[in-house]
Amino acid sequence: MNESNFLPRWVSIGLIPFINLLLAFFVSGIVIFFIGENPLQAILVMIKGAFYYPGSIGYTLYYTTNFIFAGLAVALAFHAKLFNIGGEGQAYVGGLGVGLVCLALDQSINSFLVTILAVCGSAIFGAFWGVIPGYLQAKRGSHIVITTIMFNFIAASLMVYLLVNVIIEPGQMSPETRDFSEGVGLVQIHKLANYFGISIAVSPFNISFFIALIVSFGFWILVWRTKFGYEVRSLGHSETAAKYAGIDVSRTIVLVMAISGGLAGLVAINELLGVHNKLLLGFTAGYGFTGIAVALMGRNHPIGIFLSSLLFGALYQGGTELDFEFSSITREMVLLIQGLIILFSGALAYMMNPFVEKIYYNYFKEPKNA
Amino acid sequence: MTTIEINEGNDTSVSLPSFSGSSIELKKITKRFGHVIANEEVSLKVEAGTIHGIVGENGAGKSTLMNILFGLYKPDGGSIYLDGNIVDVTSPEKSISLGIGMVHQHFMLVPTFTVLENVMLGNEGSFSLKKGEKTILQRLQKLSSTYGLNVDFHSLILDLPVGMQQRVEILKALNRGAKILILDEPTGVLTPQETIGLFEILNSLKNKGVTIILITHKLKEIMNITEAVSVMRGGKVVANLKTNNTSPAELAEKMVGRKVLLSIEKKESKIGNKVLTVKNLNHLSKDGVDVLKNVSFSISEGEILGVAGVAGNGQSELLDILSGIEQLQRGEIEINQTRLLPGEKWDPKKVREMSIAHVPEDRQKRGLILPFYNYENSILGYQRKERYSSGFLLDKNKILNLFTETAEQFDVRPRNPNISSNKLSGGNQQKLVLAREIESQPKILLIGQPTRGVDIGAIERIYEDLLRLKDSGTAILLVSVELDEIMSLSDRIIVMNQGKIVGETMGSNATEIELGKMMSGLDRTN
Amino acid sequence: MQKLFKLITVALLTLSASIVSAEIKPAVIFDMGGKFDKSFNESVFNGAQRFTKETGIKVMEFEVTNEAQREQGMRKMAQRGANVIVCVGFAQADACDKVAKEFPNTKFSIIDVGWLDNANMRQYVFNEHEGSFLVGALAAMASKTGKVGFVGGMDIPLIRKFACGYVQGAKTVNSKVEVYQNMTGTTPAAWNDPAKGSELAKSQFDRGADVVYAAAGGTGTGVYQAAADAGKLAIGVDSNQNYLHPGTMLTSMLKRVDLATYETFMDVKSGNFTSGVKVLGLKEEGVGWAYDKHNKSLITDVMKSTINGLSDKVKSGAIKVHDYMSDNNCPA
Repeated sequence: MNESNFLPRWVSIGLIPFINLLLAFFVSGIVIFFIGENPLQAILVMIKGAFYYPGSIGYTLYYTTNFIFAGLAVALAFHAKLFNIGGEGQAYVGGLGVGLVCLALDQSINSFLVTILAVCGSAIFGAFWGVIPGYLQAKRGSHIVITTIMFNFIAASLMVYLLVNVIIEPGQMSPETRDFSEGVGLVQIHKLANYFGISIAVSPFNISFFIALIVSFGFWILVWRTKFGYEVRSLGHSETAAKYAGIDVSRTIVLVMAISGGLAGLVAINELLGVHNKLLLGFTAGYGFTGIAVALMGRNHPIGIFLSSLLFGALYQGGTELDFEFSSITREMVLLIQGLIILFSGALAYMMNPFVEKIYYNYFKEPKNA
Repeated sequence: MTTIEINEGNDTSVSLPSFSGSSIELKKITKRFGHVIANEEVSLKVEAGTIHGIVGENGAGKSTLMNILFGLYKPDGGSIYLDGNIVDVTSPEKSISLGIGMVHQHFMLVPTFTVLENVMLGNEGSFSLKKGEKTILQRLQKLSSTYGLNVDFHSLILDLPVGMQQRVEILKALNRGAKILILDEPTGVLTPQETIGLFEILNSLKNKGVTIILITHKLKEIMNITEAVSVMRGGKVVANLKTNNTSPAELAEKMVGRKVLLSIEKKESKIGNKVLTVKNLNHLSKDGVDVLKNVSFSISEGEILGVAGVAGNGQSELLDILSGIEQLQRGEIEINQTRLLPGEKWDPKKVREMSIAHVPEDRQKRGLILPFYNYENSILGYQRKERYSSGFLLDKNKILNLFTETAEQFDVRPRNPNISSNKLSGGNQQKLVLAREIESQPKILLIGQPTRGVDIGAIERIYEDLLRLKDSGTAILLVSVELDEIMSLSDRIIVMNQGKIVGETMGSNATEIELGKMMSGLDRTN
Repeated sequence: MQKLFKLITVALLTLSASIVSAEIKPAVIFDMGGKFDKSFNESVFNGAQRFTKETGIKVMEFEVTNEAQREQGMRKMAQRGANVIVCVGFAQADACDKVAKEFPNTKFSIIDVGWLDNANMRQYVFNEHEGSFLVGALAAMASKTGKVGFVGGMDIPLIRKFACGYVQGAKTVNSKVEVYQNMTGTTPAAWNDPAKGSELAKSQFDRGADVVYAAAGGTGTGVYQAAADAGKLAIGVDSNQNYLHPGTMLTSMLKRVDLATYETFMDVKSGNFTSGVKVLGLKEEGVGWAYDKHNKSLITDVMKSTINGLSDKVKSGAIKVHDYMSDNNCPA
């Protein structure tokens, strides 16, 4: 039996995640208490740090953008029961797509056009990096978990080689390319606001956030409204049924991994076109991996993914603020708190179900006779 | 003989002093899963040394009840009495120690172990296996001679036929001192001959004082072997009856809650042209086993061809090949004058395009995607058809309308398109699949186990639908392990054994004995 | 609820109180290695600690965990009223440059960078080749096999500059000395890979080296451990690392980023802050070699006087140690 069979929707997708979150905060609070800080104050700082201080919302939404792309990538693959752990590598190679397009064209053609092409480049390169494991799974039966993990390593090595030896800006210590030329890139919101005479705090928040929202809507249409989405979900629930239904399983797997990789690749537009304006080593910083937790927590639905991305964005940004505010809360501590929240709302997501179920039925509802 | 006084609950006098079985009584057992009540105040009494049947449709709560008795579920209310004493069955271990043994529908045996090793499993005795082996071997020999349970203790489980494996399960339970034996749908996998053998064993167990609870949906078996029967419906016991005082019709009526037609009226078939011809079909399974050997037959318009046989004799593979799920390896298939040879592209999509519909044997794994909504399942396999879509997109409104129509026409309940199909009963799931496939107006329908896990009420309806489809000129290939079903629906019957067609007969003059012989392969060797 | 409110008010009050009372507000942005890397970042941390100890003024700190946080951290510090911010390492150059332009009234100081140009920014460049020259000479003298090793962190011009100075120093005292060089990697991960460092050191020992110099950040700890395990000698870098394995740590090449940090803060405090590039070499005591109770037993008087002699010659200009980064080439 499916857990959610017993409880109404608002409880299973609203109340329980909320309780999980409270639990995580509670346990984090205990930890903070033991290192000698005031837990309430710390949480207040986190919340303010994520939403209140100048520029903080911008940072939160900037992280959110990364998580939306990475989360959608993982979620699409999940719908086909494929565990794409390669979001990190796909995002990284997506960055190569951005970099190559910009470096090759930014001197010669219109920068707006370069930006558009770079966005496409990120998706195409990411898709390419997803297709290979997809193909190996579909045609050779190599397990996608293994291959995508390996492709993360391959992506990292490839990028190191290219950035250190090929596309590094000469005479530069850090393995980075030269800056993309002025005008190439996705405009940051504070600059946009300045242009209209509104002054808002500087942050890396840029229009790729809105691209992420549009892509989320497209994701919903794709999965729940198209023939392809229908076949993807069929495959995800039951491969035997999918075969019975005449669905070309291999083709569907390869396509799903292409789109999934493409979505992950889009992380690069936020990072490279929106913020750094050059291709640099390690810009993915684990966002691809966090995407797995985001998708899990968001129940693979765009709205859920948006909300969990926002939560993770707030955690990242609020956590940074904790590090600023308390000298005793180090970045390792922040990592621990973030880990606790992932643990409670991801891995232990169903832990509270039996308990809530009991309370719900004992105090709120008389059972119906089935 | 024992006297049975179910409702009054008097003590029975067992005339076998050598081994005194136990009586068991359930009082007001209640078990809830969330808001679903699986058992509601179930009370029944099984007398010592009797065979007690429990019948009920799928989802009536039989399995839940037995799992409570075996300690797998904890009841929310009520109590269990063993020989008049209240007991608390908290775990299977506890249940075993109380003398309750269970033979599950799907055997719990390690295929690569010998019979002896399987019996020993979880009961190894000392650290050294040798010693335990010796004592258990002695005990097994005694048990098998007492009850006529003859098995070779040293052969591997995977080498044994299903009927023998079942005996091992029974031995396992007896070896642990079971005085009460619960059997869950024990005849589902057996040939008629094996069934007879099983019943002989059960009778001898009973005569030695063992109490037996038999869960089944086959009313004939209840009538043949039990002393008393409890009928369950909707989680409750609706009747406790003495078998002598009841009839299959009464039991069926109590199970379904209304009068049920047990026999079907067939119109005379109007058989037309041949539409499907299979010639010399051979097939090797992935493990390299010859699962089909030189299978040849044909079906015509307006004809139902029944394929009888014990499960696992090549029928499933035959369906898989014809429906395009498996590739054609050797042989030839001709559909409406189109010849298909090995090596040609052959998949379910192409099969559907050739107007062949398929109701698969396993509707839960294949025919439906259980978490999908009903309306989504109503297009499975037809999702790329123009009538359901516009461009890349599926046209949800069209699908909903179509679902509403067909649900009405084929009596799928509940009619709600927006609930998951796993919330439908087995029968309604099957009606949903059947509706979808018939809706495609096929020239040929392949159907496997049409009524497996389907309640009696729905069976009636499914038979009617199949016959109507046949009358409209569709050729139907019917694969089933239920002989009654094959005999009452088919115009012609072929029997399969070990991948071969071992016999063919007309539906009108087939008998169970004759078919049973063919199924077990005896007919040819004799 | 009231209690909570009280708590918050108290928290806010103390926060604002600290803002009012501080005359100068210094800040440090540590890089990815973290402030306890036992090397580069930690040395900066020690400088900041010294400042705090002497003046009683707290230093605000932040450790970055991803690329975007560098800029964020600096901006945040500036917004919070920090009037001097130390940016640690060349990786922070872009961010530091950008934020310095945004906050012309805030002072910045960046270490290992000499190519920026901001009126409110001081840049520290160290003559690591000079310090490495001295420890190279010491290594060659301490070596019994005539073979010494060098383990670099990330393969960048800066680290080659260390290596080149080291080789020159070794050759100065023993022209036949063999120097084995290995770089840990080509990415920032090479700064923090003690396992790889240990392997590289062992392989150099296998080839006969008996003194190894690690200029590899956190990777160095693996090198020193390997030396201690094999009974060979190791030379530390940046901070004085002699205490890590007394008896097998021959010396440490000091790169006084702590001094740079301390000096920056002190100059701002006293109003003597100047922008521009500051080069710290042997003469300025910005680089040097460590001699303390932990390595006393390893350094003979001859060694000591030789090194001091060499040091004086470098200071006076009598010996010119070649700087790899001046022409991306090493003559030795």
